[in-house]
Amino acid sequence: MSEWWTYRAEDFLLFSPRVYWRMFELHNAALWPLHLLMLGAGVIIILLIARRPGTGARWVAFILAICWIFVGWSFLWNRYATINWAAAYVAPAFAVEGALLILASLRDGLAFGRRGLTAWTGYLILGFALAGQPLLAPLQGRGWTSSEVFGIAPDPTAMATLGVLLLARGRLLPLLLPIPVLWCLLSGLTLQTMGEPQAWAPYGVLALAAAAWIWTMIRRRGSPDMRTADVLKESRT
Amino acid sequence: MGTTRRTFVRASLATAASALLPISLHAQQAPPARRPIPSTREEIPIVGLGTWITFNVGDDPLLRDECAAVMAAFFEAGGRMIDCSPMYGSSQPVIGYGLQKLGRPSALFSAEKVWISSGAAGPPQIEQSRRFWGVSKFDLVQVHNLLAWKTHLPLLFQMKAAGAVRYVGITTSEGRRHDLVEQIMRSEPIDFVQFSYNVVDREAEARLLPLASERGIAVIVNRPFRQGALTDRLKREPLPGWAREFGISSWAQLMLKFILAHPAVTVAIPATTRVDHVRENLSAAAGTMPDAAMRERISAHVKAL
Repeated sequence: MSEWWTYRAEDFLLFSPRVYWRMFELHNAALWPLHLLMLGAGVIIILLIARRPGTGARWVAFILAICWIFVGWSFLWNRYATINWAAAYVAPAFAVEGALLILASLRDGLAFGRRGLTAWTGYLILGFALAGQPLLAPLQGRGWTSSEVFGIAPDPTAMATLGVLLLARGRLLPLLLPIPVLWCLLSGLTLQTMGEPQAWAPYGVLALAAAAWIWTMIRRRGSPDMRTADVLKESRT
Repeated sequence: MGTTRRTFVRASLATAASALLPISLHAQQAPPARRPIPSTREEIPIVGLGTWITFNVGDDPLLRDECAAVMAAFFEAGGRMIDCSPMYGSSQPVIGYGLQKLGRPSALFSAEKVWISSGAAGPPQIEQSRRFWGVSKFDLVQVHNLLAWKTHLPLLFQMKAAGAVRYVGITTSEGRRHDLVEQIMRSEPIDFVQFSYNVVDREAEARLLPLASERGIAVIVNRPFRQGALTDRLKREPLPGWAREFGISSWAQLMLKFILAHPAVTVAIPATTRVDHVRENLSAAAGTMPDAAMRERISAHVKAL
């Protein structure tokens, strides 16, 4: 692209806010009542992490994998790509995240057991993705019909995954993190460019997650005991 | 196109449009002025219809019908040129939907673009665009944002020679690459050039507009309201009293008249999602146009606000 420095984010926005939010309305109407099943799956993820952090890990990864693949296909590929050709290039990334999560499920690539501030931040983000994000549409006067629901829409799915990954340990974490992080950035940028105040949601989740990870790393460096404990835990996963 | 046939087409469109929305009462407004395309002297109305963002509504049936209503009002008010691009998401199939719903108005002047970096992929892309519109051929195909222009332009000239397209052009927007645009205008036998020009972005006056006159190239003006930013900024400001002498009622009309009054401009292509706005835009193409002194006054006034 020539003279790339003269382009602004607005130059890449192909649709209006009205069309964007109508897209969620139509998507929700087409998939209802699948939302209830997806929210139930989200609650199961929280229960598995809290109650069965060892044996439930592979199921958590599996549920998230299904959600990523489904959202990538049903929302990005079949719906969002009709108004934003770039979404057709992002949809395969959702399939890749799904495949990585399936791998994590089959190879026991994730284990839960974090405690303290990082864990609570993970639960907070997970809770917001499941219960907070769907409220943003009615709170901003768009009504429930355009709510973004976990497992149906990409933002709450990516946010919930970030929350889960904050609660997890394992060798696959570095591979599982980039796609949800990049999606939250992309979504925040899109909403910001549209002038939508809701942009704070993906940005806020990213900031919280980054703060929690930085906190964890600082604590690791400062505590040899913690490093040893992490090594022992990861050797069991 | 003869007067009798045009009258018949307009009457048919008005009937079709009135079936969509109760808009037939508005058919009385004065027809838009026309200007000749220099390379053929064919005359076209000086206000067209852009589709950037506004027609990218995907599969949404409600919004598709709204776009069809905008098209109906556009044709009913005497408009002809609709401009689109493969870059504009679903805008091409949405135009096709509207044209089909309106009974494929013969007044249509179809302006498309080729927008792909591979020269070999140009013809398949143009063919895909043609299928989306549902037209037998495009009136005008432009190289979008000069992308791969060295490979696309020879192909477009071949298509023109073979009768597969009537006119060939190039586009840019927001003041980018004016040096290259100027170079192509000097060296290539293009019929149309498209760039941004409005009451505050006047760089084109220095070289491109005079060169278009000199070389006999038709000018399409995009982003006449800076993609809505100008109309948004001015909507709370009162129209100056002296603007009333042009019989206008809105800032959009005043800003359009500023553009259309430039003698080198052939057609401006404002985009809108609203039927009342498309009528308002077309009505700016009729009646008195500001002279050079008044154009300066309009520009100075808007810049000062």
